[in-house]
Amino acid sequence: MPSTITLPKSLRTYLSEAGLITRFAIRFGKEVFMPPYELREFLRQCYILGYKSLPLVAVTGFIMGLVLTLQTRPTLMEFGAEAWMPSMVGISIVREIGPVITALICAGKIGSSIGAELGSMKVTEQIDAMEVSGTNPFRYLVVTKIMATTIMIPILVILADFIALCGSFLVEYTKGAVSWQLYFSQVFAHLDFGDLMPSTAKSFFFGFAIGLIGCYKGYNSKKGTAGVGRAANSAVVVSSMLLFIIDFVAVLIADIFYEL
Amino acid sequence: MERSNYHTQPTANGNQEVQSSVVYIRDLYKSFGNNHVLRGFNMDLFPGENLVIIGKSGSGKSVLVKCLVGLIEPDSGILKILDQDITQLAQKEMDELRTEIGFLFQGSALYDSMTVRENLEFPLRRHPDKVPGSSETDSLVEDALESVGLLHAIDLMPEELSGGMKRRVALARALMLDPKVIVYDEPTSGLDPITAKEIIHLIMDIQNQRGTASIIITHDMDCARVIANRMIILVDGVNYAEGTYQELYKNPDQKVKAFFK
Repeated sequence: MPSTITLPKSLRTYLSEAGLITRFAIRFGKEVFMPPYELREFLRQCYILGYKSLPLVAVTGFIMGLVLTLQTRPTLMEFGAEAWMPSMVGISIVREIGPVITALICAGKIGSSIGAELGSMKVTEQIDAMEVSGTNPFRYLVVTKIMATTIMIPILVILADFIALCGSFLVEYTKGAVSWQLYFSQVFAHLDFGDLMPSTAKSFFFGFAIGLIGCYKGYNSKKGTAGVGRAANSAVVVSSMLLFIIDFVAVLIADIFYEL
Repeated sequence: MERSNYHTQPTANGNQEVQSSVVYIRDLYKSFGNNHVLRGFNMDLFPGENLVIIGKSGSGKSVLVKCLVGLIEPDSGILKILDQDITQLAQKEMDELRTEIGFLFQGSALYDSMTVRENLEFPLRRHPDKVPGSSETDSLVEDALESVGLLHAIDLMPEELSGGMKRRVALARALMLDPKVIVYDEPTSGLDPITAKEIIHLIMDIQNQRGTASIIITHDMDCARVIANRMIILVDGVNYAEGTYQELYKNPDQKVKAFFK
């Protein structure tokens, strides 16, 4: 007689949650291609989730560039390698720090706002009201938000990368009197397609994960105001964790291509 | 045996006349695990009629109302609205049918990221085929708001409205697509007596002007007394008693009497 293995309750809960998120993602995959296409709402979400996140992402990116350069400069100077500063900062920001930090900031800002908005709509029966009025709430609320984050996060990442490099240039300019042209020619001299492509590709997945988890948590939040808070909170926690997993997988895949 | 959804409905002069029921429910069952909420509920709603369903908390009113608008799928039974069995409809057909059903939510359920105008425009934008011309959208919205006495609130956000105002805006929104059936879920709950009376009069006006058939779920007996053409008392998921307000008022059954105390 075959013996049965009983999984711990916490693991079963985790696996069940992962299954439900996968089912939610599959439903998104089906609904995204079905008309009617909610173009107007999609553009509104791009504005709300993308454009309105720009100040936060810009400030974070600028400080990221400043700090990275200020902290690395003394060490490079010790080895007489300060000429490598633009290339090193450029590669670090474009390949890893820019996408990950920007995505984490967006997971906090966008993921929580989506979770709270949909959670509150669920609790106050606004999602039911939408369905009763003959509108598919999944397509109107979820598909548009996931699409918007998938498109806007890579754009925000590119902007954050550029602003971070500007921050880095400011330090180099004030401390080393490096010109704009020289700094950026050094940055781009050592950046190639192999640096830009994987980081842009993973940014799309970051955006998808932030939108997916935020929508899943909000759309399935339990009744009550406490449920709205929990939805917002767990949207940030789960999507942040997922970002690191995606980053790890993306780095592994990119590494395979580098070796080929 | 196929059940007919044509039933005799007495007319005002006492004659028997065959009328098609707008809503036809037979043997409706719905359970959540071991909790059997609806246990063979039956109901007919006739054109132009105000049917009040009353019941205590937990009697199955909310589940019934959600089954009626297709938010919950019943376990078994027949649920026909305008001759269409909603348990058999595809999503697209259900969405089409929903344009014929207005629903006033207990908590109003106004979209809080939209202004009052946008809330009312929403169903029109979703169903452009129901609007004669896009230029008429503005006038339809304004007329609807005027009919509930809130034209001045057209550009306000829901958070700026009182509970009674929200309920009236929600009522106007429910009427935007000119539905044939309106379902009111606890239309007066949480409102002060004066505002509740205003809502009751609005519901009466709508019925008089449009001749729509209405289902009113409530436990407010004042509301039931004024509005009801007919009443159903729902106890433990089944029709416990049925009749006009006066008939039920005179009913000697203790469970029925308890509602009128």
